[in-house]
Amino acid sequence: MRPEDLLLPTPKGLYCPPADAYIDPMRPVERALVTHGHADHARPGNDAVMATPETLAIMAARYGEDFCRSRQPAAYGARAKVGDVTVSFHPAGHVLGSAQIRLEWKGFRAVVSGDYKRAPDPTAEGFEVVPCDLFVTEATFGLPVFRHPPPEREVAKLIDSVELFPERAHLVGAYSLGKAQRLMKLLREAGWDKPIHMHGAMVRVTETYAALGVDLGETIRVMAEDRKGLAGAIVICPPSALRELWARKFPDPVAVAASGWLRVRARAKQGGVELPLVVSDHADWDELRQTIRDTGAEEIWVTHGEEDALVHWCGTEGLLARPLRLVGYGDEGEGETQAEEEPVVPAEGPSS
Amino acid sequence: MNRFAFLLDRLSYEPRRNAKIRLMAEYFRETPDPERGFALAALTGALSFRHAKAGLIRGLIMERVDPQLFAMSYDYVGDLAETVALMWPGETRANRTPPLSEIVEGLATTAKLDLPKRLAGWLDALDETGRWALLKLITGSLRVGATARLTKTAVATLGDGIKPDDVELVWPGLEPPYEDLFAWVEGRGDKPFAEDPAPFRPPMLAHPLEDSNFRAFDPAEFVAEWKWDGIRVQASAGTGTDGKHVARLWSRSGENVSGAFPDLVEALTFDGAIDGELLILREGRVQTFNVLQQRLNRKSVTPKLLAEFPAHIRAYDLLFDGGEDLREQPFEERRKRLEAFIAREDNPRVDLSPLVGFEDWDGLATARADPASAGAGEDAAAVEGLMVKRRDSAYVVGRPKGLWFKWKHDPMTVDAVMMYAQRGHGRRSSFYSDYTFGVWTADADGERLVPVGKAYFGFTDEELAELDRFVRKNTTNRFGPVREVTHTAEQGLVLEIAFEGIARSARHKSGVAMRFPRVARIRWDKPTAEADRLESLEALIAQKEAAG
Repeated sequence: MRPEDLLLPTPKGLYCPPADAYIDPMRPVERALVTHGHADHARPGNDAVMATPETLAIMAARYGEDFCRSRQPAAYGARAKVGDVTVSFHPAGHVLGSAQIRLEWKGFRAVVSGDYKRAPDPTAEGFEVVPCDLFVTEATFGLPVFRHPPPEREVAKLIDSVELFPERAHLVGAYSLGKAQRLMKLLREAGWDKPIHMHGAMVRVTETYAALGVDLGETIRVMAEDRKGLAGAIVICPPSALRELWARKFPDPVAVAASGWLRVRARAKQGGVELPLVVSDHADWDELRQTIRDTGAEEIWVTHGEEDALVHWCGTEGLLARPLRLVGYGDEGEGETQAEEEPVVPAEGPSS
Repeated sequence: MNRFAFLLDRLSYEPRRNAKIRLMAEYFRETPDPERGFALAALTGALSFRHAKAGLIRGLIMERVDPQLFAMSYDYVGDLAETVALMWPGETRANRTPPLSEIVEGLATTAKLDLPKRLAGWLDALDETGRWALLKLITGSLRVGATARLTKTAVATLGDGIKPDDVELVWPGLEPPYEDLFAWVEGRGDKPFAEDPAPFRPPMLAHPLEDSNFRAFDPAEFVAEWKWDGIRVQASAGTGTDGKHVARLWSRSGENVSGAFPDLVEALTFDGAIDGELLILREGRVQTFNVLQQRLNRKSVTPKLLAEFPAHIRAYDLLFDGGEDLREQPFEERRKRLEAFIAREDNPRVDLSPLVGFEDWDGLATARADPASAGAGEDAAAVEGLMVKRRDSAYVVGRPKGLWFKWKHDPMTVDAVMMYAQRGHGRRSSFYSDYTFGVWTADADGERLVPVGKAYFGFTDEELAELDRFVRKNTTNRFGPVREVTHTAEQGLVLEIAFEGIARSARHKSGVAMRFPRVARIRWDKPTAEADRLESLEALIAQKEAAG
């Protein structure tokens, strides 16, 4: 059999014919298997959604309880039949609830990784290597210039800066789902025991994390009238908020941002960032290569990001690799365009 | 080296001028000689190494990484030093990091053959920020937003009552590592040198004149002159205490550009300081910026180049007449002195920029619209607008309000279709920010788009992110780093391109070349079929030729 009999790139997303299901579909479909809760992978309006319980909870918090007609929770490692295919979800280490999806059919094993990282993250289940024949990988940071430093070192920079400028507020631009909560947790582990302030846009997701058992200490929503009193505070907000009027009402704010992109100077300067923290929820170049080797897969498909370099490297390793050039991924989190605004999702439910 | 690398790192992210000065001053205060002197040399661009060049860096990295991965990474990062600093393999650390002074001296004195090994040793010993700083030193431009002037300002703050201009005056006689300069500034030594007879004096700059805000001014209080499309320079010359005559050519930002224009510097035999425009003149005729650009693009200044592209100064203002400082005097008075000065010197390389007579603002607007008929004659193509100056304005450093205005031509515009995109460099790096655009034409095969130019600025950071996304989602083909994007009569993106001039060109397939094209607006709303045609660009040229 050919890998294409099991998985087929289509404009709607990756389609699995023997399961009659799409993985992370871009448009509403009858049956969706969802790797994680970021908006470019998890969209509302599908009929049936299979995902980890955490991802389902995050989708419900962001899109409303009626984000789909029927939910099928998949615990990590549990096998289930979808059509003729044996499906299981395995930790991807990207954000809370994130999973790689393993598909087995007629003895052929494919793993669709979604987004993933292997660096330790106290807010997400650690990445698990899943052996397979076909590995479908992301390549957000698929260039040898991207090697992420230890996140503790980056968070220490933030705390140093707060000590150096106690009269200023530190505004940290970080994506609402995943990065924000990881930073909160990293700050706690670094000994920061004061309350952590957050922009209204991340309250709901942060509460969901807490409800799912991730202890983030005291987090406080920033009210407009409190801003001028927040000297010496750490405030976490969406990256776009750094450039808005909202940010200017804090005492002499320092623009901080946390992203893997900031490894490249021009990227930090493009965003007007004064204190760049290289903290990423995606695999860096070394992790991507290590993972491809670890899976033992002989065929590699690259979904999105800097696919050319990774495909080239696979060739030098004697692996068959092809870029899928799927359109639509990389629009949230650390996707291709860093400046991308986060989607505004109504609390009541999916828009039509 | 670590401390210096840290300084460069901080400077590169610090947007505020005063904070930059503070960071540098703090570094100079805390760092001992000669380390800080070499840092000062690096920051003011006073270092250059004969054997250590970009080629050496490329050679080293090619031995260590896959060349294709390097090419893709460089294309993405857009900066050689940074790409190599990030890609340099291994975590090997020597027991010590080399001090900046060791590196600077090593780069200057190590034999060419031994240099690769020496440099690789340093790169192994440094962390990624250190590697970046070292490689930036070698490639010659730090680009951390600290000009020579700003750095000297920081040095001045170490002293008591020492002004940046005081540092500027002693500067040309000094050499790295500047121990005598620091000793003087810190009050431990004498003023180092006899005063420089040809120093840089910071120039006076103008505000743009908006159509709305000047009608209220009294035209009688202003004079106007052409704004020539060349390079603003200051020609400073004088006789030192040793009796020697010294002449220098300074750029607007205080960089010494004498080396690129020996023909002109040699002709600066006067004592004084002129503010003017550097232009190429052939048989008395001012050439367009296009021609000047050809001289600027050459790396080495050859006799042939000097003969083909003779540099001149068209004088706007006189700051010093001999030793006499005229800057406090009103413009009108300085203008009289300038006219007398030019007449007296009778220098074939230096002439006077004429005033443009006008009765009222409408009259001036007419002159601006048609410089050829308003006195610029056959030089009109090299005019990029008008300068409007208060008659009583002193020569004030910086950009004072309400004294000088520039009133540039309105740009021409054309609606063109994006055809290809490439990643940019510097601030725009890693985004698809350089766009080749085309207009419609018809030939035997029917309607097609022909590329007419390339634009890489004019948009905001938000617009850049949208354009980048458009390119990625509409790529139809790839040629190395170049992406072809959809451009059919049905699909594609129309860009409104603004430009300053247009001329016939044999080098371009379309036969036309634009000057200074940039994206004025993104026309998400406009169907590609409605973009402009090549014929309308040709008509613009014909119109200009008829007028000229």
